[in-house]
Amino acid sequence: MDFLTSVLTITIRAGTSLTIATIGEILTERSGILNLGVEGIMLMGALSAFATVFYTHSIVLGFLVAIVIGGLLALLHAFLTTTMRANQVVSGLSITLFGTGFSSFLGQRLGPATNNFRLVGLRAERIVPFDPEWIGQVPLLSAFSNQDIITYSVYILLPLSWFFLYKTRPGLWLRSVGEDPQTADAMGIDVIKTRYFYTIIGGMLIALGGAHLSLSYTPGWSENITGGRGWIVIALVIFSMWNPARAVWGALLFGGINAVQFRLQASGTSIPANFLNMLPYVGTIVVLVVMTWWEALSKKVGAPAALGTSYMREDK
Amino acid sequence: MNDTTVPKIEMRNISKAFPGVLANDCVDLKLRKGEVLALLGENGAGKSTLMNVLCGLYRPDRGEIYIDGKHAEIHSPRDAQKYGIGMVHQHFKLVDSMNVLENIILGLRDEPFVPDLKRVRDRLVDLANQYHLDVDPNASIWQLSVGEQQRVEILKLLYRNAEILILDEPTAVLTPQESHELNRVVHVMKREGKSAIFITHKMEEVMEFSDHVMVLRKGKVVAEANTAETTPRELARMMVGRDVLFQIEKKPANPGKVVLELSHIEALGDRGLPALKDISFQLRAGEIFGIAGVAGNGQKELAEVVTGLRRSTRGKLQIEGKDMTNRLPLEIIHRGVAHIPQDRTSVGAVGDLSVASNLAMKQYRSRPLAAGVFLLPKKVLDLARALIEKFRISTPSPATQVKFLSGGNIQKTILAREIGAARTVMVAVYPSRGLDVGATETVHRQLVSQRDAGLGVLFFSEDLDELLQISDRVAVLFEGRIMGIFDTNTVNIDHIGMLMAGMGEEEGA
Amino acid sequence: MKLLFEKRKSTSVPALILVPIVSFLVSLVLTALLLEIFGANPFRTFAAMAVGAFGSSHGFAETLVKAIPLMMTGLGVAVAFKLKFWNIGAEGQLTMGGVAAAGAALFMERFLPGRSLLFGALLGGLLAGALWAGVPALLKTSLKVDETLVTLMMNYIAILYSEFLYYGPWRDPKGYGFPGSRMFSADAWLPRIMGRAHAGIWVAVALAIILWIVLKRTRWGFELQIIGASQKAARYQGIAVERNIVLAIMLSGALCGLAGAFEVTGISHRLQQGLSIGYGYTAIIVAWMSQLNPLAVPFVAIALAALAVGGDQVQMVMGLPAAMGVVMQGLILFPMLAGSLFTEYRLSVVKPETKSVCPDPVEE
Repeated sequence: MDFLTSVLTITIRAGTSLTIATIGEILTERSGILNLGVEGIMLMGALSAFATVFYTHSIVLGFLVAIVIGGLLALLHAFLTTTMRANQVVSGLSITLFGTGFSSFLGQRLGPATNNFRLVGLRAERIVPFDPEWIGQVPLLSAFSNQDIITYSVYILLPLSWFFLYKTRPGLWLRSVGEDPQTADAMGIDVIKTRYFYTIIGGMLIALGGAHLSLSYTPGWSENITGGRGWIVIALVIFSMWNPARAVWGALLFGGINAVQFRLQASGTSIPANFLNMLPYVGTIVVLVVMTWWEALSKKVGAPAALGTSYMREDK
Repeated sequence: MNDTTVPKIEMRNISKAFPGVLANDCVDLKLRKGEVLALLGENGAGKSTLMNVLCGLYRPDRGEIYIDGKHAEIHSPRDAQKYGIGMVHQHFKLVDSMNVLENIILGLRDEPFVPDLKRVRDRLVDLANQYHLDVDPNASIWQLSVGEQQRVEILKLLYRNAEILILDEPTAVLTPQESHELNRVVHVMKREGKSAIFITHKMEEVMEFSDHVMVLRKGKVVAEANTAETTPRELARMMVGRDVLFQIEKKPANPGKVVLELSHIEALGDRGLPALKDISFQLRAGEIFGIAGVAGNGQKELAEVVTGLRRSTRGKLQIEGKDMTNRLPLEIIHRGVAHIPQDRTSVGAVGDLSVASNLAMKQYRSRPLAAGVFLLPKKVLDLARALIEKFRISTPSPATQVKFLSGGNIQKTILAREIGAARTVMVAVYPSRGLDVGATETVHRQLVSQRDAGLGVLFFSEDLDELLQISDRVAVLFEGRIMGIFDTNTVNIDHIGMLMAGMGEEEGA
Repeated sequence: MKLLFEKRKSTSVPALILVPIVSFLVSLVLTALLLEIFGANPFRTFAAMAVGAFGSSHGFAETLVKAIPLMMTGLGVAVAFKLKFWNIGAEGQLTMGGVAAAGAALFMERFLPGRSLLFGALLGGLLAGALWAGVPALLKTSLKVDETLVTLMMNYIAILYSEFLYYGPWRDPKGYGFPGSRMFSADAWLPRIMGRAHAGIWVAVALAIILWIVLKRTRWGFELQIIGASQKAARYQGIAVERNIVLAIMLSGALCGLAGAFEVTGISHRLQQGLSIGYGYTAIIVAWMSQLNPLAVPFVAIALAALAVGGDQVQMVMGLPAAMGVVMQGLILFPMLAGSLFTEYRLSVVKPETKSVCPDPVEE
């Protein structure tokens, strides 16, 4: 029971950043924009949050800076893809390449002189898990409550985003833009503004997910702090069938794999560490294959129909 | 027209230009309340542009719009909606994956943050009853028939209190019976004081639906009349500027051996449901065999089975007597079967490639274009030049990418390529859809000359007149079944219309 | 007077050439700004980079060292992208190529005497890359699984696997302090021509030309063009779309695998850490900047390699982080992407309206 509880706790902790980022990317893709820059934005979010907290000692400021950075990078992607009509795949990849390089660049430059200007290996304030005394006694349940403030907000964000997408007027408009931008436009919805808006919101949430890594999960900064999570987020979006409520399952699954890896290594299993480390990546492929196959069977549960396409009103 | 009441709509001096073409040139339009106006013209005459200006999708370069006598600033579909203007486009503006209710309220700013769907449904049902527009509010759009989808589109406008309804080629996708039903709806709307504008290029629509008609040609108004006081012939002449030959010069058919035979063919559609049921017919060399029917009754699937692009689950397909059931498309191409596909822009021609490349796509596998594994660019160019000249394809150069060509020239490119390779059968699917009269004439002429050269032509069309003019025999396809095969010299058009709608079945000649 | 974006009526050749060049210049400006912010003189920095990359035979050789794998992977990625198959797995295909080549070099000495050992290694690398790319290709064509993520995930798997090998079963007990496998016997060493630059350069350049010929002058290349432009149209013309996609992607993987084989047989002579320093990802930039034209790839590869080598130099000379070069590479793509708008649309000035020429309405 104790083992399970601790695994569950780590799973939820690990899944937090994945869930937030997944919800963000779902919103973006629901508007028809594919943002492959998740990995780069997460890294920049993690770095900027850590650097900010290190120097200002303010967690709140750290998160805010991360959100702004994420929003700016996403704005760049929205600008390139929507206004400049560039290829969405390459634009997203560019942001990832840039974000990866720039975050490591800053990580080697923004540190204090005492640490050779590097940010690696430093410690800063972090958000700490807290829980009310009485829950802490209940096994399993305490896994949910032994979490930090960001994770708590994820508990609320999940149903909120689901309700927003499916039950509200702006959610309906968002869905229509991703499914059929021509129709949305004809019905008076501003497709361009919608795409910009939700891409930026998505970027903000993704950066927030990155910040959670450097301010809570890891914590600290290192160049491979995301370990490819950004890409797993993209798979999770597919896994949750673009439904924010489902985002949590995928995150838990992968968070769970992370936790199991951790545990197995700590307990000294005979499986070489490297193969254990492959689990999340192999798992992603398996998930993708299963999802695609299932989607083909059930036919109508799929990606927003206009995902990845560009839109211009007077195109004949 | 001595009337002093203020017109419901008045458009003055509307002009709109696009790169290279003046779509609307000083167009004036007037329509009174409770009346129906037909806008008649060929493709490219400017009818759609004018209406897009009226409903806010385009901004005119010049001109004003007055609604109920007052100047109206219409810069977006939202503005148009405020003035009570709504349009049912030819390609419905409906989100397939959403249901009727969601589509109805889509874009409405008056709806609260959390819409009350029950209230929407109640109001929708009231409107549906009032205007005879029957539809299931919870159905998803993709589940509805084309006629039902059109009803949703009209309901959308009525829900938004539209006073002026614009309908773009509304009967293009309807059976004759559904057209009559639409007429009934229009009459109810007139009674309720609504006004309507029809965009059309079909004379029958004009005569049946409208009170007034305005003819556009090359962006200008060339004629206006009360429908009751004019004739289709006169209208056609004004539309085209010359007397249109309603009858193509055609030698009597001289059918030879059977080049294509389908026996009890069955096939599934994209959704896994049966699309073709027990199809049997013969196509002979030297004849044009037309397939009539509203789009969506199996035409696409039938063409695909014949050309090898779709598996048949049962039955036999024979080309020149040889069994070619479920063979690869390449094998069928090698048997001399040519295919002018329904989808001109993404299947028939490849927009990003040059005209020369597109013309070479059928013959590149062998000499003279190929030598071993290599493709000889000079030979490709020679072939391209020859075909461009022979078919009079208008293009700046053979290297121009096809996407820059007009629709008619793209079709000519496809024709040129396919005719060059056709030896036994030519399958033409809606070949003149979206083309103007000139390009359509070219298509017809080519089909007839292929038939005279001894090919068997399988001709799919939604335009019954065109079908009956061109074909020697015609079959009616309804819900995947052949409802009858007739000789076009002796057939009765109303009878065909009924069969197209699924009423009555008869074995024909 | 107003500015209008209108769709071009024909492809503009000047735009196609100007856009990459202008983008490169814009990225230089952006980098200069960045350098200023961090207190480094841009001109001195750029000068140091140029000198570092081309100023000496050592520098030039190092530039070639980085350019060769970029050329190979760039070609591979370009082939895949032409088919609209987003192969982000060049890194993994390169790694597996290196692994296979190393495996052959280490364990096939008995079967491949003398120089044939080298060819065996190269062939192994080629095949391994082809197979590693074949998996996502098959998944895409038969099960319609999106290739972007699969190729990417396989990068991580490949890297982890190669790490497992050279930290584990293939580990050289002597070590030399640097984890990796044993050194290969000299038979498996790719001859060098200048400094550390090896004969693979000839192969890379030759392959660029051959690939261009295949794409532009052969029937198969024509079919690939059609498939890339419209799969539906290709199918309708009787082209075996799925089979051709798999073949082409395997070719793409083979090129990347060969790059990996070159790295182990030409540079390191063993399987070790740092086999690829992100070549597979930079390859995407190379391919896109070359506008997927094989003939342009060698030039772009050399340019980007110069950036990386120059960046290394700059680290030593000016104390800037080594990631400088990487940041620059990232910055190049943004102006290029923005500029791609101009190849399809052009900015035109709409002249002021002339007086209305509509005739006065006839009084009724």
